[in-house]
Amino acid sequence: MDIPKGKLRWIYERMVTIRRFEDRVAQEFAAGKLPGFVHLYAGEEAIAVGVCAHLTDRDYITSTHRGHGHCIAKGVDVRSMMAELFGRSTGACKGKGGSMHIADVDKGMLGANGIVGGGPPLACGAGLMAKVKGTDQVAACFFGDGAAEQGTTHEAMNLAAIWKLPVVFVCENNLYAESTPWTYHCAASDIASRAAAYDMPGVLVDGADVFAVYEAAGEAIARARRGEGPSLLECRGFRYYGHFQGDAVTYRTKEEEEEYRRRDPIERFRQTVLSQGLLTEDELNAIDEAVAREIDDAVRYAESSPMPSPEECLTDVYVDYPAAQLAFRH
Amino acid sequence: MVVATRVISYREALNEAIRLEMRRDPTVVIMGEDIAGGAGIGHVENVGAWGGVLGVTKSLVSEFGRQRVLDTPISEAGFIGAAVGAAVTGLRPIAELMFVDFFGVCMDQIFNQGAKLRYMFGGKAKVPLVIRTMIGAGFGAAGQHSGCHYAVFTHMPGLKTVAPATPYDAKGLLIAAIRDDDPVIFFEHKLLYDTTGEVPEGEYVIPLGKADVKREGSDVTVVAIARMVHVALEAAARLAGEGIDVEVIDLRTLSPLDEEAILESLAKTRRLVVVDEDNPRCSVAADIAALAVDKGFDYLDAPVKMVTAPHTPVPFSPSMEQFYIPSPQRVIDAIREVV
Ligand SMILES: Cc1ncc(C[n+]2csc(CCOP(=O)(O)OP(=O)(O)O)c2C)c(N)n1
Ligand SMILES: [Mg+2]
Repeated sequence: MDIPKGKLRWIYERMVTIRRFEDRVAQEFAAGKLPGFVHLYAGEEAIAVGVCAHLTDRDYITSTHRGHGHCIAKGVDVRSMMAELFGRSTGACKGKGGSMHIADVDKGMLGANGIVGGGPPLACGAGLMAKVKGTDQVAACFFGDGAAEQGTTHEAMNLAAIWKLPVVFVCENNLYAESTPWTYHCAASDIASRAAAYDMPGVLVDGADVFAVYEAAGEAIARARRGEGPSLLECRGFRYYGHFQGDAVTYRTKEEEEEYRRRDPIERFRQTVLSQGLLTEDELNAIDEAVAREIDDAVRYAESSPMPSPEECLTDVYVDYPAAQLAFRH
Repeated sequence: MVVATRVISYREALNEAIRLEMRRDPTVVIMGEDIAGGAGIGHVENVGAWGGVLGVTKSLVSEFGRQRVLDTPISEAGFIGAAVGAAVTGLRPIAELMFVDFFGVCMDQIFNQGAKLRYMFGGKAKVPLVIRTMIGAGFGAAGQHSGCHYAVFTHMPGLKTVAPATPYDAKGLLIAAIRDDDPVIFFEHKLLYDTTGEVPEGEYVIPLGKADVKREGSDVTVVAIARMVHVALEAAARLAGEGIDVEVIDLRTLSPLDEEAILESLAKTRRLVVVDEDNPRCSVAADIAALAVDKGFDYLDAPVKMVTAPHTPVPFSPSMEQFYIPSPQRVIDAIREVV
């Protein structure tokens, strides 16, 4: 596959940024510095990055509760993300959303989502906008294997198909929905073949191989841009951490975890580009170092940012509304 | 008769209620996402992996098996609707809607099916269903995992709604809900799971529709719901030092409403403050204020005050979230305005 060198560097830099970001979030969370709870994306980097490599800021994505990786792949500023997780006023959502709602509409990132299956209909809406306005924008919809069982997901795929919307449905099958294995919650032997029910192409991809994801997503996105309608990709992957931080992960075995870590998407990328002479060890290491600095800087930025004022709670509910009616009755 | 009691948590009290009812009645089944966990995985198949996201249904699968403790896909409309159908046809299902904020995904099955079938069928059907669901802010769980929303369900004819504040009430009310022949939405405040209290060992029933006076007082009536009962009690304790004698009524059941208990207390104190963590518009708090001015107008010596969340979603950052949740101080301020 012919991927320009600049794009290869971008792919590596984004994947490493996601990994370092998530590892650092795990640490900060364990230190008790982050309110709420976090779902980490480490291990699944190749999916978000392989797909978003074909998107510009004008394209849209919808995401899930495990949304940090999608944000980073779509170019959301890492400082504003970290500040959001710390609940600071400089956060991407001014501290109102937190991990599960992190978003940046200017970057085409329509939000992590606390509702499983919340994203697919929204992606149809973004696709509809592009179609009505006659632009070549597309919407990529990330959703989990668990979300594949939600009615909204099926309705959205049908809708996108009958209206020929420029939407690419990207199922991140990381084998589990919380503690429930996909082999229990899914009646089909793969999720990709459900595309047949909606008369769209469905492709099963190794989600730990960024080249495979890049290629499959490239075709699906090109098809969408040509106005030929939606596609479904099922990317098989693995989340390294628990469902959320604090999950004891009793449902997976050590052997299973080790097996998947041996297929690490970042390691595999390194090996491929080095063995084919596409990038050098020095180039990769320089990226690693720059990313490490960027993450340190993001944490410093977050920690030194102020908490929102309590009254900030009362803003952003509506565009236009009598302020007195937002405040407490008493 | 001496009833053995011991101190257990709200979480354990709920678990015990389900366990006892499942032992007593083989038609009681429970279903929900990861309520056992690890379905189909050899080493956890018989014991479960999670026991619910916050552990309320832990180890039930070990005793009752996967035939009666059903992990579901993330398909709330599907499995909650199935619970309605099973209730109409002879089971007593307990379905878990993990967080109440997810009701939007499955509301038709609750509202147009579960709540209305009996009425539309001319009284020929019964829907003995319990939907357990988590409510409440204070967890940093942000806009889609922190609401109360019990007003939405209390508004709907055909549904009963229950929100316990203590381990003792949690157990007795859940048993009552399971035995009840109507659909009951059972709201568990996530910040109460670790709270503890005296709970009898065996089975006992707290009738639905009966409020409980959690503290007797003569100067002002504070009506509160779920975790707000504890907020009201703290406010009452602080005001006691100043000679203000606060009566705290825990509603326990929101529908049906114990109008008598509220009016009786009003006749004594002649003042009312309602404390409700839900949003204020069309809320249970507003409903109780309306009851007071309608049926209790002659008792009232002061305006009725509502202490509620603002008319906003729940914010993430703790600084804003703490502002959102009614505090003892805000309850004290409201009481001071009326006494
Ligand atoms: C409507 C709804 N139901 C349930 C949940 C609780 N929940 C959050 S994540 C999750 C599992 C999602 O699994 P999957 O879609 O496979 O995504 P993954 O976590 O594996 O990335 C569940 C059940 C939710 N947030 N929304
Ligand atoms: Mg999954």
